[in-house]
Amino acid sequence: MTVNGWLQIGLFFLAILVLTKPVGLYLHRVYEGERQPLPRLLGPVERWLYRLLGVDPAKEQDWKGYTVAMLLFSLFGLLGTYLILRLQAVLPLNPNKMAAVAPDLALNTAASFTTNTNWQSYSGESTMGYLAQMAGLAWHNFTSAAVGIGIALALARGLTRRPGPEGAKTIGSFWVDLVRGTLYVLLPVSFLLALFFVSQGVVQTLAPNVEIQTVEGAKQVITLGPVASQEVIKMFGTNGGGFFNANSAHPFENPTPLSNFVQLILIFAIPAGLTYTFGKMARDTRQGWALFAAMAVLCTTGVAVAYGAESHHNPALAGLAVNDQAGNTEGKEVRFGIAQSALFATVTTDASCGAVNAMHDSFTPIGGLVPLVNMQLGEVIFGGVGAGLYGMLVMAVLTVFIAGLMVGRTPEYLGKKIEGKEMKLAVLYILVFPLVVLTLAGWSAVVPYGTSSLNNGGPHGLSELLYAFTSGAANNGSAFAGLNANTKFWNLALALDMLAGRFLMIVPAMGIAGAMIGKKSVPSGPGTFPTDGPTFVALLVSVVIIVGALTYFPALSLGPVLEHFASLQGKLF
Amino acid sequence: MAPKTRQSSIFDAQILRQAAIESLKKLDPRLVAKNPVMFVVEVGSLLTTLLWLRDRIFHPAGAAPGWFTLTVSLWLWFTVVFANLAEAVAEGRGKAQADALRKMRRDVTARKVVNGREERVSASSLRKGDVVVVEAGEMIPGDGEITEGVASVNESAITGESAPVIRESGGDRSAVTGGTTVLSDRIVVRITVNPGESFLDRMIGLVEGASRQKTPNEIALHILLVGLTLIFLFACVTLVPLAAYSGISLSVTAIVALLVCLIPTTIGGLLSAIGIAGMDRLLRKNVLAMSGRAVEAAGDVDVLLLDKTGTITLGNRMATEFLPAPGVRVEDLADAAQLASLADETPEGRSIVVLAKERFNLRGRELHGEAKFVAFSAQTRMSGCDVGGRVIRKGAMDAVAKHVAALNGSMPPELLAASGRISDSGGTPLAVSDGPRVLGVVELKDVVKGGIKERFERFRAMGIRTVMITGDNPRTAAAIAREAGVDDFLAEATPEAKMRLIQEQQGLGKLVAMTGDGTNDAPALAQADVGVAMNTGTQAAKEAGNMVDLDSNPTKLLEVVEVGKQLLMTRGTLTTFSIANDVAKYFAILPALFVAAYPEMAPLDVMHLASPYSAILSAVIFNAVIIVLLIPLALRGVRYRPLGAAAVLRRSLLVYGLGGVVAPFIGIKLIDLALAAAGIV
Repeated sequence: MTVNGWLQIGLFFLAILVLTKPVGLYLHRVYEGERQPLPRLLGPVERWLYRLLGVDPAKEQDWKGYTVAMLLFSLFGLLGTYLILRLQAVLPLNPNKMAAVAPDLALNTAASFTTNTNWQSYSGESTMGYLAQMAGLAWHNFTSAAVGIGIALALARGLTRRPGPEGAKTIGSFWVDLVRGTLYVLLPVSFLLALFFVSQGVVQTLAPNVEIQTVEGAKQVITLGPVASQEVIKMFGTNGGGFFNANSAHPFENPTPLSNFVQLILIFAIPAGLTYTFGKMARDTRQGWALFAAMAVLCTTGVAVAYGAESHHNPALAGLAVNDQAGNTEGKEVRFGIAQSALFATVTTDASCGAVNAMHDSFTPIGGLVPLVNMQLGEVIFGGVGAGLYGMLVMAVLTVFIAGLMVGRTPEYLGKKIEGKEMKLAVLYILVFPLVVLTLAGWSAVVPYGTSSLNNGGPHGLSELLYAFTSGAANNGSAFAGLNANTKFWNLALALDMLAGRFLMIVPAMGIAGAMIGKKSVPSGPGTFPTDGPTFVALLVSVVIIVGALTYFPALSLGPVLEHFASLQGKLF
Repeated sequence: MAPKTRQSSIFDAQILRQAAIESLKKLDPRLVAKNPVMFVVEVGSLLTTLLWLRDRIFHPAGAAPGWFTLTVSLWLWFTVVFANLAEAVAEGRGKAQADALRKMRRDVTARKVVNGREERVSASSLRKGDVVVVEAGEMIPGDGEITEGVASVNESAITGESAPVIRESGGDRSAVTGGTTVLSDRIVVRITVNPGESFLDRMIGLVEGASRQKTPNEIALHILLVGLTLIFLFACVTLVPLAAYSGISLSVTAIVALLVCLIPTTIGGLLSAIGIAGMDRLLRKNVLAMSGRAVEAAGDVDVLLLDKTGTITLGNRMATEFLPAPGVRVEDLADAAQLASLADETPEGRSIVVLAKERFNLRGRELHGEAKFVAFSAQTRMSGCDVGGRVIRKGAMDAVAKHVAALNGSMPPELLAASGRISDSGGTPLAVSDGPRVLGVVELKDVVKGGIKERFERFRAMGIRTVMITGDNPRTAAAIAREAGVDDFLAEATPEAKMRLIQEQQGLGKLVAMTGDGTNDAPALAQADVGVAMNTGTQAAKEAGNMVDLDSNPTKLLEVVEVGKQLLMTRGTLTTFSIANDVAKYFAILPALFVAAYPEMAPLDVMHLASPYSAILSAVIFNAVIIVLLIPLALRGVRYRPLGAAAVLRRSLLVYGLGGVVAPFIGIKLIDLALAAAGIV
């Protein structure tokens, strides 16, 4: 560990802290405000989109209406992408003549991008044409992010809106949230920062790949494409699906330390800002900062552990003629270094982004444990755009339930009582994730068509398959590498994994929104447990850890934990 | 049922013996299935037992040693039995009380009035609307209202209070309870309930827990516990293939042991005992809750409505000060006031005599013959006496002013000012005159009960607002409210105003508790979230409320709230403790499962347990024993301190959260040492 490394990490957290309030305010204005920004320029576009969709923007939906609209919209996108991938050979904008994508891979990819996971069983440069990249995949990079934010806001509305005397039922309009998020937040930022990325050296062209002659005389294909235009939304929408297989480690995606810094900030910008938006909606910004604080505690702990672990050299290298002071440099880009790689790995798995600038497979066992645990905690450490907030709000519901019992009062959050129905839905929410991940991991561990894809044996191989299903269900999409996922079994199992991890969790979260919206909000007094103080933050952090860690500890002990102890004795896998 | 029987200790030998038998009967899977957490344990116990039998008979290769499988399965069975024991002990304490009550329900002969003639019938044949006659020495055959007569009744059977109470027709003291005995006089009672629905029947049902239903909060907690159980079920079951991949074959015994240790058995086993014990604690305070839901609601109360008279003040105004007119000695005023009050049997009058005696050592004199007492009348609004030519009167300021004006006297302006001050401070001024001269003013005050201010202080700390209800005018009410330390008051209250206040508060989402005894309180009692009816009150009031205070002590509400909070807190802290325990159990069991195949895992065994078998066994034993150790806490409830919510939470997290993490490390290690010392492992 170096001072320089810690300064880089500190600078990043400072930037996030500074950005949270302005981003949160902007989001609040876009979604909850009376007048959206740039009314002259974007207002007509927004109205035109409503006419096109045939929706009345003033008409809100109840939780069922909102959920059904979201599910239908996602299904439509999934089928559309599937068709584009299957038919890309006969469609235009395919200068590199990519063949049709196989059915299982096309399904896996369509599910992956629809669910904001961006798990990639393929290499972009050898599979996807430009149309598939731009229309089939980038479409989801925008819309799945907008959907996620919408769900978070719907749940936030359920928790914070105060019903009138006749009661309230509606939690916003799916179509309005979708259009506004895309139009006022995702598109403008993507456009502006794409220009910045081009300035850093990210490529942006529709021209085919270039074949060059290297100084050694060999032939090399330089892969090109419309990369910059996808790079911003890849991070900003916490999608993470790289244009190239090497993702943000590729010099055409993430060329400089500065571009790397901006990419890191883009990952956390919306998830962090949404906590402030939530505070605004709750009419008490401390409520939002409390969630932010819980997320920040978990995040900084993860970074510290990962950076600490990666700063140590691999014990297997002891005594060899290598510089073991540099730490574990395997699988890392020299232009980023250990600190930026450890930070990137933590941030990208905190916030279900899944872009990588280093190979997590090459991390030390403990360094690799951090991304894995981050995802297993349910992607609530800032989390995916929207997904992080709604996940954390469900955790908050569980936390106030326990806290309420401990202070001798029927639990309430933001003045609304938490009762049996909400508990049922919250428990359903936390059940889905381990059920899907552990069942699929257990299955794949004992069948030949599961284990044959592993490149490593022993606990490292177990980490690889556990990581894959965790990443899928958490809608993260990063890979531990070392796993050949492009087989029929893995493609289909992971597609199921991702779809369940997204939609089976959204439905109960929306159910909570529906159950809470009509409840009276009681003003808080000294007898109510405050949800904006350090005690709540500490308890929330513990609940997140308990729900996540206690579930996965047995599995982890056979993977990274065992590998760590073995590596201390010089045993490698 | 005398109060003494209610003080039975937690582990009464008799109750314990009964409970031990009961806890074995409760192993019936149909009963255990009601508690999913314990059901999983029972299925696990059955599984390991069958496994042991299989190993005994077939001796398969690679099976765990027989003693290990057998001991684990025995302790798993114990886990279920201990949970049953907790419930049985809690129920047992109620049953003991129910038996005492049932003895009183023996059939008596009732004198039923049919067409004006008395008929002797069995009490159990009485129906709602029947009219019976009860005379001195007879037992009242059923719950009802007195329609004729007045009698003293011994209600010790219900209340534990041996002093007889007066019951009379009409008004708020007309309700009588079946099983109580008339000591004097004769009353005619109209029966108001059918057999099996009487107060006594309901009481028996409640204390036995027969009519116990899960409360909303209990249901919500149950859902969480079931959820956690399922999560750990996934984690344990999927560990089998993951371990198989790693070349480890896990025995069913080990997996079941891990599962049972991880699922929240501590709180799962004690949950119903906590609920029953909550009702029981209330009963020990002589409050009968009609449902667990009501007890839970009591813990949530935001606003308490308290009647001023009897709850906040002693009930009667008392003389507290003599304020003489200019030029009058205070002793003369006291003397005249005492003379005017000697024959006055009202509490106010007596308090004047007492005050004069206390302050100036003036004894009450016998003035027979020489004095003519003038009683209070609605016209004069004065009382007093004519003695030795003196005309001494006391009364309201304006009445006395009128009286002296007629005798060519006048009210000194200083006294008018003094009377204004008295009114402002919540007192009542009483003028005293001797002939045409006004001697001064006696200050009568509502005396606030001792210690009440501190109790309200406790409420404020809990976040509960107190509102005083009084028929007084706003000025007097404000002064008493200030003195008693209530947060708010409702002056010149009518039943309608009371009802409006409750609805208003509920409209804001607040939970309201109140006490009441009169029939006109019934609607408000029914409307309030927690309505505590006084046992001395009318049948209507008792029906409307969801609790009955057998002592008829309105300040009991404070204790009811505390019991309600305690109930939730006990559940919360034990849940936290239960989950926190899992950390240590992981550190005990996981290395034990894997260390044979991967000796590198040894550092994870931070407790350095004797052997893998000992590790698993110690964790299972700890898991079972902790249930028994926590039974007293479950029955007693965690200590409630009236601190703010944040402070209470910090404290409980420290004790039960952190304690829950640390305790099993110590416990498991100790059990392991004991097992090793005994040579078992």
